Amino acid sequence: MDFIEGLGRSSRISFNKLGRATHFLIQTISGVMSVFMRPRLLTKQLYSVGVMSFLIITISGLFVGMVLGLQGYYTLSDFGAEETLGVMVAASLVRELGPVVSALLFAGRAGSALTAEIGLMKATEQLSGMEMMAIDPIKRIITPRFLAGLISMPLLAGIFSAVGIIGGQIVGSGLLGVDEGAYWSQMQASIDFYDDIINGVIKSIVFGFVASWIALFEGYDAIPTSEGVSRATTRTVVNSAFTILGLDFILTALMFGDH
Amino acid sequence: MNNRVSDQDNLVSVRDLTFSRGNKKIFDDISLDFQRGKVTAIMGPSGTGKTTMLKLIGGQLFPDKGSVFVDGQNVHKLRRADLYTLRKRLGMLFQSGALLTDMSVFDNVAFPLREHTQLPESMIRTLVLMKLQAVGLRGASQLMPNELSGGMARRVALARAIALDPMMIMYDEPFTGQDPISMGVLVHLIKSLNNILGLTSIIVSHDVHDTMAIADYIYVLSGGKIVGQGTPKEIQESDSEWVQQFMTGAADGPVHFHYPAKDYIDDLMSSGKRY
Repeated sequence: MDFIEGLGRSSRISFNKLGRATHFLIQTISGVMSVFMRPRLLTKQLYSVGVMSFLIITISGLFVGMVLGLQGYYTLSDFGAEETLGVMVAASLVRELGPVVSALLFAGRAGSALTAEIGLMKATEQLSGMEMMAIDPIKRIITPRFLAGLISMPLLAGIFSAVGIIGGQIVGSGLLGVDEGAYWSQMQASIDFYDDIINGVIKSIVFGFVASWIALFEGYDAIPTSEGVSRATTRTVVNSAFTILGLDFILTALMFGDH
Repeated sequence: MNNRVSDQDNLVSVRDLTFSRGNKKIFDDISLDFQRGKVTAIMGPSGTGKTTMLKLIGGQLFPDKGSVFVDGQNVHKLRRADLYTLRKRLGMLFQSGALLTDMSVFDNVAFPLREHTQLPESMIRTLVLMKLQAVGLRGASQLMPNELSGGMARRVALARAIALDPMMIMYDEPFTGQDPISMGVLVHLIKSLNNILGLTSIIVSHDVHDTMAIADYIYVLSGGKIVGQGTPKEIQESDSEWVQQFMTGAADGPVHFHYPAKDYIDDLMSSGKRY
């Protein structure tokens, strides 16, 4: 009986939170026009959300590409197919690892920072202060950050994939002796712009949307204490990771299911 | 629907207000009036909902029952745009100052002007420097909020609150945690701003001495009810044991020292659950 009661209670809390999150999202999206009328708000956030994530994305992309080059070479060379290393590295990156890993890194770096920032603004009454100054904190604070996340994510995923492909080439051609011409030409011949690259971009836009939404909502909904903000930050990283990986499976099934 | 009241003397009228948080009743059918041009204080022990009252007046919280009229407008029946129009005419000084931490003192004071007006930057600069001069912090205009003391942060917040020349300012615990000099400065500022600018002021405080010195009228709240009201002199002479406990700072009285709990001996003797 306790189990059923607990299940009912936690379901009610979850649905309640989902309702609040949806309402928050609608309010956030409704402020988009006001942000476009004041582009400086957006550029400032593009810098802190996007540009500040550039280093972690670039370095991670390079190492992921290098590992792919190494692992791919060992597997493909067993079949004498090491010339196709470029295809394997590029397909893995633009279809999967680029959007997914960069979104996970984004959630960990920018998402957690957004939650902590908004949560602390709430705890120090800055959001209440804005409301009392007749300034809508959603339009002024939340929507610019949401748009910055949405715009930054596909760009960061693109940078991650590009740097990763170079990393794969450094290891494959530079260290392991795969023909450089074959690395690039096989990749050029096999990677399709629409099926691979555009689908990867769509994935990263979706991940940017959910990662920014989760991060901002958790901050806005945080209990305004140090423990509350700390828990909200943790929830951002955990929930973003689950959501990104779950959505990746669904999107992959929808996009590449007929192959 | 008639959302207006006829009483022109009162800028704010709270009528038959009931407000609860969960099962706890914070206000139980209370009515208060805040006269134009006067300093009215809401006093009472911690946890009596003094700050909650300010949030109800500002339309940040909704009552379970009753209404709040500000300048004749029923705050909780206004559309969002109208509520924001009304709020432009209200200033609020938060206990923490609530300064935006990513902006300098100057930008914090300029913030409402930049958001709500189309004034040229040169005029905004002049206005900001005038407001900062009024609170004695023109020289600190380029400091960041983390470089300010608590008292300075509150004075900057006060400069920001008067940036749009409001008709009323609500002060949430303005004296808490201030050294005697900062306290004296704030007391002087609140009184002089009220007189010079013709503002109406609502002060929420439990600092008896300084609040009594500047308030024209005082409400003492406890247990969701008004337990005393009147001029400072009337409050001082009140024979209400609630008011007397608050004024003299007695540890026990109608407001108990102990939070409600089961019997002490029983509690000690029982094995109890882990805390």
